[in-house]
Amino acid sequence: MLTINKLHKSYPIGDSSLHVLKGIDLSVKEGEMVAIMGSSGSGKSTLLNIIGMLDEADEGEYILDGVPIKNLTEKKAAIYRNKFLGFIFQSFNLINYKNALENVALPLYYQGMKRKERQEKAMFHLGKVGLKDWAHHLPNELSGGQKQRVAIARALAANPKLLLADEPTGALDTKTSYEIMEFIQQLNDEGKTILMVTHEEDIANMCKRIVRLRDGVIMEDTFVEQVRAGEYV
Amino acid sequence: MFDIDLWREIFQSINKNRTRSLLSGFTVAFAILLFAILFGLANGLQNTFSEAFNDDANNAIFIYAGRTAKANKGLQAGRRIQFKNEDLDYVKDEFSDKVQYITARIYRNVTATFRNEKNTYNVRAVHPDHQYLEMTLMKEGRYVNQNDIENHTKVVVIGRLVEEDLFLKTTALGKYINLDGIQYKVVGIFTDEGNDNEERIIYMPITTAQRIYGNNDYIDQINLTYNPDMDYDQAIGFGRSLTDKLKNRFDVAASDQRAIRIQNMAEANKNVGQMTGALGIIILIIGFGTLIAGVVGISNIMIFIVKERTKEIGIRKALGATPRSIVSIILIESILITAIAGYFGLLIGMGVLEWAGPMLETYFIKDPSVKPSLIIGATITLIFAGAIAGYLPAKKASKIKPIVALRDD
Repeated sequence: MLTINKLHKSYPIGDSSLHVLKGIDLSVKEGEMVAIMGSSGSGKSTLLNIIGMLDEADEGEYILDGVPIKNLTEKKAAIYRNKFLGFIFQSFNLINYKNALENVALPLYYQGMKRKERQEKAMFHLGKVGLKDWAHHLPNELSGGQKQRVAIARALAANPKLLLADEPTGALDTKTSYEIMEFIQQLNDEGKTILMVTHEEDIANMCKRIVRLRDGVIMEDTFVEQVRAGEYV
Repeated sequence: MFDIDLWREIFQSINKNRTRSLLSGFTVAFAILLFAILFGLANGLQNTFSEAFNDDANNAIFIYAGRTAKANKGLQAGRRIQFKNEDLDYVKDEFSDKVQYITARIYRNVTATFRNEKNTYNVRAVHPDHQYLEMTLMKEGRYVNQNDIENHTKVVVIGRLVEEDLFLKTTALGKYINLDGIQYKVVGIFTDEGNDNEERIIYMPITTAQRIYGNNDYIDQINLTYNPDMDYDQAIGFGRSLTDKLKNRFDVAASDQRAIRIQNMAEANKNVGQMTGALGIIILIIGFGTLIAGVVGISNIMIFIVKERTKEIGIRKALGATPRSIVSIILIESILITAIAGYFGLLIGMGVLEWAGPMLETYFIKDPSVKPSLIIGATITLIFAGAIAGYLPAKKASKIKPIVALRDD
């Protein structure tokens, strides 16, 4: 599904530069659910951003679904992002003047899908996250958990191969976090490959594999017994 | 290519961000409004100026004769100069390529009667060319023509107010009017855009007047218009050589200012021309100033809008928006707002001018109006400026890495 070889990334800080990723090797198979952990500054978000094509590596190899991701033009990156990837952010990142349905339909718009088809599909995904009745509400009329569910529906709408989540529960209380995790686990059960960054142990334990980063290198990469979020809800 | 979805996105964005849309729209509308009003007022001022000189042909030259002030060539001072038909012909021949229309004038005061109505009027005996010189507009009938001149016909052309005074509610055309005991046929009624006195005048053929009043070939005054192809300086030069030649012809001293006087409209017009030119430059400066203010305003707003939308742009990019679609959505939105707001500014501006126009006439501003093409040009300039002002930040925004755009919240 995804192969990373000797990935390096540094950010310029004034005259010097900060070496954030110092040779990451990672391989993720289809259907996996991986948590990337690490303290702040360990490079976990940078890694996720590179995987998400939101950022580019300085050195190393990144192959996504058999396609080497390198020297992409902006346009190509946009097409790949749309086709391969679904994003879930800590701060939801919904467009605040669009209602839930329109937010979910947005990636489909960029796929060039017809309006009617788009809305049907978006409604279907909203139904999947249980928000059919909230389809015409604006984000600020929704609770945090509902917003994140809209964001998940949006990430799913384009039917991506890989779902990337950056602290998806970071802005939510424990109960809502578990509800969201339950969804994500369900998606994984249905076969979606999921990669998430988190610094919460309990959330990480709900994944099937934990990759721990420290100072830009992988310290530990273990497969774990998945804790079902449903048990807590 | 018409992309309905793109337009839907744009209209939603405009509609859902009303404050922003109204703000930028207001800036543009206000700039156009100011532009229209300032230009309109300036145009009104210019109209007043040209109006003031519009009554008579503005390339006219009037030649009057008086008494000599100085002795010259053995002739005493105080000698009376009398123009005759031959002097008119002389001017006509001597300056044939410089004279456009030429007419003589004889002035008389008459008592006119029709039935029981009676009044005194000025009579001007003229050549047919006089009509063009004075810009006389015929209301009914005809003006004095060449046939009248040749046959000394007893016909008159009367002003609208003469008809009103004497003929009351009936029509004068074709009737006979009595001037100091002689019957003349009314062949035309004219109007004039000058004041009322201009419409209380009676015109008759010059030859008729010469035969009746003294049976001579005297004329009181020569009026002519110079060839309009000449510029002011050429026309002024023509006036001078005309003066010199006539002084020579009548043995008048070159320095004698009284014997033969020439009033050349070109001299006044030159000043008016300079005045209007200066006014035009002021208008231009004001107009450009307003436009620049508008451009700066719209640029600021566009930069602000792009800044405000940075996060949205990041989200859209993460969802697969190409840089091109980002740029077009921002640009089309700004162009749309500018165009619509500009149109409103135009409408309001024209409305204000239309409404306030009549009240401003006391302040020497007549018919303040602007050509729609000018305003549309100004709007297009603003749209263009807004597009450039929006394009650069939009382009930049479309290039930001989505992660950077998403980070700042």
